Amino acid sequence: MNAAVLEVRDLRTHFGAAKAVDGVSFSVARGEVLGLVGESGSGKSVTGFSIIGLVDPPGTIVGGQIVFDGRDITHSSREEMRALRGRRMAMIFQDPMMTLNPVLRIDTQMIEAVQAHENVSRADARARARDALGMVGIPSPDERLRAYPHQFSGGMRQRVVIAIALLHRPDFIIADEPTTALDVTIQAQILAEMQELVAQNNTSLIWITHDLAVVSRLADRIAVMYAGRIVESGSVSDVLGSPWHPYTAGLIGSVPSRNRRGERLHQIPGMTPNVARLPTGCAFAPRCARADAMCAQAVPLFTAGMREHRCVHPLPEFRK
Amino acid sequence: MTAAIVRRLFQAAMVMFAMTVIVFIAVNVIGDPVDILISPDADQIERARVVQALGLDLPLWQQYLRFLQAALHGDLGQSYVYNEPALGVILQRLPATLELAVSAILIAIVVGVPLGLYAGLRPDGIVSRIIMTVSILGFSLPTFWVGLVLIMLFGVQLGWLPSGGRGQTAELFGVQWAFLTKDGLAHLILPSFNLALFDACLILRLTRAGVAEVLPLDYIKFARAKGLKETRVIGIHVSKNIMIPVVTIVGLEFGSIVAFSVVTESVFSWPGMGKLIIDSINVLDRPIITAYLMAIVAFFVIINLVVDLTYTALDPRVRLQGEGS
Ligand SMILES: Nc1ncnc2c1ncn2[C@@H]1O[C@H](COP(=O)(O)OP(=O)(O)O)[C@@H](O)[C@H]1O
Ligand code: SF4
Ligand SMILES: [Mg+2]
Repeated sequence: MNAAVLEVRDLRTHFGAAKAVDGVSFSVARGEVLGLVGESGSGKSVTGFSIIGLVDPPGTIVGGQIVFDGRDITHSSREEMRALRGRRMAMIFQDPMMTLNPVLRIDTQMIEAVQAHENVSRADARARARDALGMVGIPSPDERLRAYPHQFSGGMRQRVVIAIALLHRPDFIIADEPTTALDVTIQAQILAEMQELVAQNNTSLIWITHDLAVVSRLADRIAVMYAGRIVESGSVSDVLGSPWHPYTAGLIGSVPSRNRRGERLHQIPGMTPNVARLPTGCAFAPRCARADAMCAQAVPLFTAGMREHRCVHPLPEFRK
Repeated sequence: MTAAIVRRLFQAAMVMFAMTVIVFIAVNVIGDPVDILISPDADQIERARVVQALGLDLPLWQQYLRFLQAALHGDLGQSYVYNEPALGVILQRLPATLELAVSAILIAIVVGVPLGLYAGLRPDGIVSRIIMTVSILGFSLPTFWVGLVLIMLFGVQLGWLPSGGRGQTAELFGVQWAFLTKDGLAHLILPSFNLALFDACLILRLTRAGVAEVLPLDYIKFARAKGLKETRVIGIHVSKNIMIPVVTIVGLEFGSIVAFSVVTESVFSWPGMGKLIIDSINVLDRPIITAYLMAIVAFFVIINLVVDLTYTALDPRVRLQGEGS
């Protein structure tokens, strides 16, 4: 694969004592789809917001680097980040009901997005907006432009949001669980459309989700997050086919469709840890059947070819 | 839209009608004007003549019907004191009260909205904390006391501003206005700031609360994710959403300001409706009291209507409900 569009190195984003993201590294190549998975609260969204420079206060990036297109943007000025956001990097949020401003018409919200980065007339910006709506499969876009968000269904709103994200053909899009709030059929449609659109534009995609089925359909590579760290990463087929980290194995075991008939569903026991009080060693230890005294020490990163994991007792028996 | 307006107008008419009953009964309960209007040494015949002339000998319901019928023709009775139509007397004083109320609400908006925005955007700053503390004071100090302090300070001690009366006036549209002359404007400053204080604090706190509520929402974050400039995010995306409660309060408080300018007008001897009503209550000039109450109710009803219509302009979701679709 060609050079990375985005490289995150040892990113640390803390909310006071809460280490929401604590040493996350990954890279995304041009046109590549990376699935970022993990239970709720593992730091996926904070990772995404850190990359586009929109971490909510009191959160701050306390360490690491974000390298975009070969340039370290971690300490870029607000104006530099603004100029990148929406033009070269885009983000789609989880809840389409909340992403669009309820008191502004769709055309207002799209035209301003065009004009934020390009010195074009209102009419031209409007034409661009209309084409973008057409592209994501919204019928009679000219008419729909004049509507308010509440006049759209959830699926249609998420399409509008996707159209806005695609307006400037960004280098990469961070999609933060964009289909979680939608029903299954709509979810499948949007997934397929999104896949096609990013492939057409050679846009890289970071797809955040807790749904392994989605990742296996969509992604080239997968990174599994737990308590602010990536505990395992690699190609989708490798990681889902033979997980090395017990947490990944637990996630796979809790997907209903993968369980054969009559077999019990294996929920991971216990709860996600409080990121304000993490142990020195493996954060998964309290929930892990393989934990022993070694796991109380700081766990290094193990690398094997294109695969990485953080576990002192990986699951060899899953290896094929 | 039209159906919604017609419905609201009908409601407004019903409210006005109900108010005629309430006002009429209320005013008939506060004492007997005859005692005040007639000198104590007038004889029984003289007394009966006055009572009959005023229609005070009729049963209450007949008095009400007479009152209602006249009211429908814009006649709310003849002032006992001024010997002129009561409504006319009230309306003569309306411009003074109106210009006081309008300047007060303008001051409240111009002071309250920017300070509230500032405090909402920097909730932890020292300046914000000072603003919020002062606004609590402005909220809780009684208006008449603040008025007296203003007079003491700027009128008496420093001697910068006049602190009584309306000053010179000039004519516009056949009405005398103080704000058109330098002298009148100087007279307007202290009372309008006094009257504005409470609402400036109210609007300030409301704006700040609105900002605090809207800022963390996804659509603001998404507006930033689109790469919009911060001025647009705050000036359009945040502001348009917090304007709804602010408009409501401005509307409702405008009515209250007119109604409660009584205190400020008395403190500053401002010759408006408020001062008139206090004087009229002292002499039990019933038609004036009635006319005043009816005028205030009409005022509230009109303002509510305007607020509702402004709402629909600001919030597309309300518009849809109003249309019943
Ligand atoms: N605005 C915030 N204030 C304080 N802590 C936060 C905030 N946002 C996120 N966090 C912390 O970061 C952790 C990870 O959050 P998040 O990235 O949203 O998880 P995910 O997206 O994986 O579900 C949370 O458990 C919380 O402790
Ligand atoms: S390091 Fe230890 S506790 Fe952590 S996942 Fe591996 S075996 Fe389990
Ligand atoms: Mg999240």
